[in-house]
Amino acid sequence: MPALVAAIGIALIIISRQIDISIGSQFSMCAIIAGVTAASGLPLGVSIIAAIGAGAMMGALNGVLVAYLKLPSIVVTLATMVTWQEALRLWQQGRLLSLPDGIQWFGLSQPVGQTVVISIAFILLIGAALAMKHLSAGRFIYAIGTDAEAARLAGIDPKRTTFGVFVLMGALAGLAAVLNLVQSPQVQPNCGDGLELKTIAAAVVGGVAISGGRGTLFGVLLGMLLLANVNPALTHFHQPPYWEKAIQGLVILLAVLADGLRSRKNQL
Amino acid sequence: MKPILKLTEIRKSFGAVRALKGVSFELLAGEVHALLGENGAGKSTLIKVITGAHLPDGGKLEVAGAEVSHLSPSKARELGIACIYQQPALFPDLSVAENIALRLKKTGIFSRVRWQQQRANAVELLQRIGAEISPDSEVRSLSMPEQQLVEIACALGSGAKIVIMDEPTASLTQKEQHLLFKVVRDLRASGVGVVYISHRLEEIFALADRVTVLRDGESVGTNAVDTLTESQMIKLMVGREVASIYPPCEGAPGKVVLSLKNLGCAASGVKGVTLDVRAGEIVGMAGLVGAGRTELARILFGITPADTGEIVLDGAKITISNPGEAIARGIAYVPEDRRRHGVILEMPIAQNMTMAIHPKLFPGSILRFKAESLLAANFIRDLGIKAYGPEAPGGSLSGGNQQKVSVARWLATEPKLLILDEPTQGVDVGAKSEIHKIIRGLAKDGLAVLMISSDLPEVLGMSDRIAVMRGGEMVGVIDKDQADAHSVMAAALGTNGKEVAI
Repeated sequence: MPALVAAIGIALIIISRQIDISIGSQFSMCAIIAGVTAASGLPLGVSIIAAIGAGAMMGALNGVLVAYLKLPSIVVTLATMVTWQEALRLWQQGRLLSLPDGIQWFGLSQPVGQTVVISIAFILLIGAALAMKHLSAGRFIYAIGTDAEAARLAGIDPKRTTFGVFVLMGALAGLAAVLNLVQSPQVQPNCGDGLELKTIAAAVVGGVAISGGRGTLFGVLLGMLLLANVNPALTHFHQPPYWEKAIQGLVILLAVLADGLRSRKNQL
Repeated sequence: MKPILKLTEIRKSFGAVRALKGVSFELLAGEVHALLGENGAGKSTLIKVITGAHLPDGGKLEVAGAEVSHLSPSKARELGIACIYQQPALFPDLSVAENIALRLKKTGIFSRVRWQQQRANAVELLQRIGAEISPDSEVRSLSMPEQQLVEIACALGSGAKIVIMDEPTASLTQKEQHLLFKVVRDLRASGVGVVYISHRLEEIFALADRVTVLRDGESVGTNAVDTLTESQMIKLMVGREVASIYPPCEGAPGKVVLSLKNLGCAASGVKGVTLDVRAGEIVGMAGLVGAGRTELARILFGITPADTGEIVLDGAKITISNPGEAIARGIAYVPEDRRRHGVILEMPIAQNMTMAIHPKLFPGSILRFKAESLLAANFIRDLGIKAYGPEAPGGSLSGGNQQKVSVARWLATEPKLLILDEPTQGVDVGAKSEIHKIIRGLAKDGLAVLMISSDLPEVLGMSDRIAVMRGGEMVGVIDKDQADAHSVMAAALGTNGKEVAI
């Protein structure tokens, strides 16, 4: 479920013709920040806000570099990915952080807590899907992803839109980290590793065009569900679970290939 | 003498637009053959056919007497066809010698680079064309004309028999021009055939042996240069009668809506533009490609803001620093090249039409689909857009209808000033006259219209006044009754103030 929340953000990023590979690091950073604040005795609400705020700030940094300084998002987010990762390593020295009682399942019973987590993820998904269809901002994201220059000539500010999408991505990564945090009594500083692979794969297999401008959040949900079945399927066929990431990588490659063939056909 | 290049009845269409309607052309060895024509007459398409960039739809292409059926760029190079473009296509981070060597022969990836030989080769070629360029300097550090000379050296070194030069002097100084002329004459003397494209008539007189004039994708004749006068050449280029199919202008123009004083922008090369546009008036903007017309439009729309002079809109002095501001002030800009930037092809036309009016149509930024499709339906009806409905994607429409969608987007902003950039480029004849009627109707309703067009009859037929630009400057504003193809073309070409006899 936490991955689904992050996948909403990554879908918007890809639709606006950008990429963010730093979300795993953002996720880990937010999880640790939430964990540390919680461990220091602050109320859970403060931890949640701290995590989401930290995510939004990391997203804003990516956003400024990509939208306003016009740096390629793949390079920017590669750099911030490594930066946050290494900063965390320095800070936590790889320690497992134990969380105080009352954090797990928001202090509720496990079944109720699980329901809350799932509900939050689905409410967000539905809300985001509605916003993409019914708000000007959603229309603008599709527009800049299809043709940023055309959008600019129509008076849309592609910089502000792109910046906003990155900030939203960061905030969603923060929220995803919180939803992940409450599921266990401890938190690891590398808990977000591989999240970018998982979410990008889910988005592209769910029909979000890697070349921007096309895709729906409902498709992302389907992509997520499909990929969630990879691991159980591997177990069922008695294959080692190490194949999971390879399959995710392959899925991305196939989706990009399909998109490339499609746009080449359009050109002819 | 046998021609080294012969084109017979070459035809080429892009969608509904027939760019070349059966053009024949021949080039002899040791001749400079000028190609002349207005913007959009088909010159670039013809060149692209010769260099193998476009495959013609029909017709015959012979090189040195042998027919070539499927010419590709690499095959063209093997056959000794070289083209020097206005914008040199060199590798900026490599040295001159490396660039020349890369062009001259194909080498395997593991073949040794013979630096000495490569350098000596470059020195020899550069000397032959009299260019004072060090073979070791990085191409990035060279000026545009120097880069052009390197291109010529490449063409020379590859043993090209057919050299095409596309407006090679556009960015050269007087001295560099003379050097280039000498190089061209040397090429001719050594038996190379040169296809020379230029808008500067005096160059054609100075250099060319024969001239072929293209008009509307057809060749209107090949003549020896010394049998023609400048005026006859212009006449061949513009030739057509201005048909009376244009909607008549009605009523007197109203108050001044837009007034430009000494407007300029260093970054886009526009300087000292002074112009008034009144309500109900269509001001046509004529000039050659690159004369600064689109650049002026982009200044007015805040894409490249002005840095000198002033813009007065409805009596108030304003600055425009981004498109959003321009829209808010009532300026609308229908860009050229609508396939790329005018209409988002993947989006339904209703969404395209409301793109610029989100804050107004959707308060609180919540989309109202009913209002949107109602607005779209109205425009589809009023502008006679042929589409199956507001939900049809922009890409499913024909060129003319896409243009109407682009116009609708801007009319939806209820502008005071409408800037149209090449509104009928690539549009078929029927849709063209419909668009003309729409534009005239808008002017009648009191809109101030600034219409950039490279289509001379269109400018003459539609405009109440014609502003002519050349080299980033406004070189004249001609009233409708004094304007004819000759005077406009002469002003756009800048025939050095020489009297153009009719």
